[in-house]
Amino acid sequence: MKLDARLLERTRLPRLALGLSISLGLLGGIVTVGQAWLLSRVISRVFLAGDGLPQVGQFLLGFLLLSFARAGLAWGAEVAAHRTADRVKQDLRSRLVTRLLALGPIYARGERSGELANTLVEGIEALDAYFRQYLPQLALAALVPLTVLLFVLPLDWISALVLLVTAPLLPLFMMLIGSAADALTRQQWASLSRMSAHFLDVLQGLSTLKHLGRSREQIQAIARVSDRFRQTTMGVLRIAFLSALVLEMVATISTAIVAVQVGLRLLYGHLSFEQAFFALLLAPEFYLPLRLLGTRFHAGIEGVAAAERIFDILDTPPPQGAMRGEPRDPGLGPAGLLQQRNLPAVRFHDVHAAYGAGEAPALQGVSFQLAPGEKVAVVGPSGAGKTTVAYLLLRFMEPSGGAILAGETPLSRVAAEEWRQALSWVPQNPYLFHGTVAENIRLGRPGATMDEVAWAARQAHAHSFVEALPAGYGTLIGERGARLSGGEAQRLALARAFLKDSPLLILDEATANLDPETEGLVQDALVRLLERRTALIIAHRLNTVYRADRILVLDQGRIVEEGRHEELLQREGLYRRLAGAYAPGGMP
Amino acid sequence: MKGPGWRLMRLAEPFSRRMVLAAFLGFATVASGIGLMTTSAYLIARAALQPSIVDLQIAIAGVRFFGIARGGARYLERYASHDLTFRLLARLRTWFYTRLEPLAPARLMAFRSGDLLARIVADVETLENFYLRVLAPPAVALLTAVLAGILLGSFDVRLAAVLLSFLLLAGAGLPLLARSLGRGAGQRLVGVRADLNAQLVDGIQGVADLLAFDAGHRHLLRIQSTSRALGVLQGRMARLGGFQGALTGLLMNLATLAVVTAAIPLVRAGWLDGVYLALLAVAAISSFEAVLPLPQAFQYLDNSLEAARRLFEIVDAEPAVIDPPRPAPVPARLDLRFEGLRVAYEPGGPPALDGIDFSLPQGGQLAVVGPSGSGKSTLIHVLLRFWDYQQGHVLLGGRELREYGQEELRHLIAVVSQQTHLFNATIRENLLLARPEATEAEMRQAAEQAGIHDFASGLPDGYDTWIGEQGLRLSGGERQRLAIARAILKDAPILLLDEPTANLDALTERQVLAGLRALMAGRTTLLVTHRLAGLEPTDQVLVLRQGRIAERGRHEDLLEQGGFYRRMWDLQHQVLADAA
Repeated sequence: MKLDARLLERTRLPRLALGLSISLGLLGGIVTVGQAWLLSRVISRVFLAGDGLPQVGQFLLGFLLLSFARAGLAWGAEVAAHRTADRVKQDLRSRLVTRLLALGPIYARGERSGELANTLVEGIEALDAYFRQYLPQLALAALVPLTVLLFVLPLDWISALVLLVTAPLLPLFMMLIGSAADALTRQQWASLSRMSAHFLDVLQGLSTLKHLGRSREQIQAIARVSDRFRQTTMGVLRIAFLSALVLEMVATISTAIVAVQVGLRLLYGHLSFEQAFFALLLAPEFYLPLRLLGTRFHAGIEGVAAAERIFDILDTPPPQGAMRGEPRDPGLGPAGLLQQRNLPAVRFHDVHAAYGAGEAPALQGVSFQLAPGEKVAVVGPSGAGKTTVAYLLLRFMEPSGGAILAGETPLSRVAAEEWRQALSWVPQNPYLFHGTVAENIRLGRPGATMDEVAWAARQAHAHSFVEALPAGYGTLIGERGARLSGGEAQRLALARAFLKDSPLLILDEATANLDPETEGLVQDALVRLLERRTALIIAHRLNTVYRADRILVLDQGRIVEEGRHEELLQREGLYRRLAGAYAPGGMP
Repeated sequence: MKGPGWRLMRLAEPFSRRMVLAAFLGFATVASGIGLMTTSAYLIARAALQPSIVDLQIAIAGVRFFGIARGGARYLERYASHDLTFRLLARLRTWFYTRLEPLAPARLMAFRSGDLLARIVADVETLENFYLRVLAPPAVALLTAVLAGILLGSFDVRLAAVLLSFLLLAGAGLPLLARSLGRGAGQRLVGVRADLNAQLVDGIQGVADLLAFDAGHRHLLRIQSTSRALGVLQGRMARLGGFQGALTGLLMNLATLAVVTAAIPLVRAGWLDGVYLALLAVAAISSFEAVLPLPQAFQYLDNSLEAARRLFEIVDAEPAVIDPPRPAPVPARLDLRFEGLRVAYEPGGPPALDGIDFSLPQGGQLAVVGPSGSGKSTLIHVLLRFWDYQQGHVLLGGRELREYGQEELRHLIAVVSQQTHLFNATIRENLLLARPEATEAEMRQAAEQAGIHDFASGLPDGYDTWIGEQGLRLSGGERQRLAIARAILKDAPILLLDEPTANLDALTERQVLAGLRALMAGRTTLLVTHRLAGLEPTDQVLVLRQGRIAERGRHEDLLEQGGFYRRMWDLQHQVLADAA
């Protein structure tokens, strides 16, 4: 019996639709009582009074009409319940996506992205059953039996008493056995998913198993694992199913008690047949909503579990400055300044940064300036903080100390969205979205015409391979569409940047691609993209750093060296080691 | 080829007796419900005539019996059907794996992405419910219909005919109608749901790109519009589902009404004792319990057939390589020769390898380099007999590779590849997979040579530490060194190194290469790589380009020639050391 308060408080429940669904369900219950009354009357009249069709015709007609009414009510209740669930899901989906966008790539990095996708896709759907089936049923399980009781009571108080006494047994047993068995059952479902994981693991490792000559043995292993799972699970289910047994038992035995008890009272003339039959017909209807609730118990638990994860995400505070409508200085936004290409100097002043409370600081006092038109390369071993510098400039995170200034204005006073209009980002592994090639390039400028898209693609040396795709710029890419090579994806990312044509460029250079032809094209496009722009380049290549106006050498979150390539090579420092590691003959 | 439904039934055949038992128990549950209500109705009607209490004893006993029997039957039915479900799952898994194993990895190459493999697992799980949700409900409904027919028929055949026609309408007519009405929306629903899921995943995995281009809000709007479209379609399905549910209820009421209306003239005419009228009415009501799960069964049937079709499609493929009827014995010398080898993945398609000639004498070391897509992996697939070759020869110890059995051949080859799979198990289990009978000392020695012993023994649980999804996550370098230890443990005379240092940073690469040195000593080694590092000691380097050998020679000579190899070398060596 899970009624999670948070789920009701925080889901902006469409009360009207939910109320409608419950009311229609309740009305359906009342109609059922009416039908039972008509049916017992008809049968009583024919059986005991010897009436024929003409005498009972009106009652039969009434039964017919109520049957249609009941069908209509059931339909309406279902539609209203769907509407409830749909509203809740739409709302939560939007709120989750909004929050995830605000939390940005640092929250969604690494392994977590799979789990987040799962919450967004499966988690939201798990709420469907909760709001569509479980929640209305929870209300009906309380209301319908009470209504039935209300009608039985004046006619036959002893039967009503039997129902009244046994009714609480159902939820009671459901809770008692349910909570004991449920923990066990959940454990079992967890081991079921572990078993699925084992199967997936074996499938993924099939090539490796073949290399090692162990693939056939796995047949027995799979059989053994599955069989052991079955044995332990059945041991648990033996107990868990007791709840089904008890639910069924209480309902049927109570019906039997009602039957025998009214039968005996009939025998001694304490009751009319009509009343007795009416009570018998209503006894199963009395228990039905409670039993239905039992079958939807699982939906309830799953919904609450999913909701916990959803609210965890919604409760995670986004990094400051990333939200729309944060404090800002309207005159300082890029709208006026930046789009006219006079981007002021960008300055890092003693910037500190950290990803999490417990994690080591990523940057510890970094200061440098990016003058208009200047190309600055950042190099350093992995983990030195290169990506953090780019993320700070992209406003995916905010400094934990120090400041970043555009001209004299702290970036924290400019809304992140506005700031990002002034810059383009070419990541190391650009993400390609499910959609056409043109849509993917248009990410740079949504309103761009087809000609502009093709122009940008030409600039990025992407046009010829795009033209060669089955549907050209209209070709779908992604899992279900054409697969592009790493070099092709890089060139699409460059086309985005050409299309956006922003004064500031943040470039995370791709690492070596062994194909000299592709490489030449990418390099050529890059050189043109860098022209007349201010750029921060996370550099991995010597020919990029040769060209940079300045090189920052990062190590453990600090700038340890700074200067031009030739100057840095003179010193016996980290840069020299980085640049020399692959010198011919330098192998261990 | 028989349809997927029929083949599914064949797979479930070993459990046919259990299925019959479970279906019978399901029927017993419904039948007890009918029994309880009909005996109760009869008891009341009988009592209304105020006979002696002795006359009621049998009816009272019946009511008590059915009241208890129903709970018992339900319990046993759930137990039996779940037991069956798990047995079916185990059978499906082993069946699928047994059929897939000879096809791998050639047939799985299209399923590289984890998502598709996960779908296979999900499909198998869909089928586990084939009995419980597809086969059992119609069986129970059929048995119940027979019982209801006999029960009502014993009073009057016309009454039985009336009830059975309503049961048929509700159990088969209505679901078929709903299915054909819902098919269009259902198919669109699948498409829209897939779109929405793709957009949601885009929103998470592509969040950095979206934000950088200030496209987050636009993406949200797009998700909202797809989400609304999905809601509209789901609403249509819900209305249809509600309509079906409501009509089933309506048919139950109409059946009751029809039976009673038909019976009243019979009572008036004296052909039917009025005491049975109540019994007939409740028999009609309670027999409908059996048809309630049928609409869902139709839905599951469609899902199951779809899942079965996908699985059969995978396992029905011809194995890429078939063992010779009488495999040749393992050769004494392991000289490898390739002569005019030509391989195409599709008959008539462009060759992935063409005109490959080279020889690798026993104990020799050869490197194959080239950009991605040049045919390097194909070469490995051929050598491991994962893929067959059409033209030319691959000779091992003077005999065609085809003449050896696959297992015996692979026994001679240890592989360290880029995509080394480590299983969700302990480090020890992962290592011993290469040679289960290896001693503790041998295992430790192999780990030591691979440079992973210090790491492993430093872990809290040492070699018994769990790794993989649920355990410790290893870095790329640690994974590769474990793979090397595994290969050392396998102790095979031929060593195949397939991009062993891809995805590693320069420093780690050096450590891994150092571990490899130990392994390469004295073994015939074929190193396939796109990283031009550590090639100096190899006897010969082959440069592959678009499936052909573009250049060959020793590393120094190739560098001096200033050709394609030189250009690749220059490209890679203008990279800063950190490049990962």
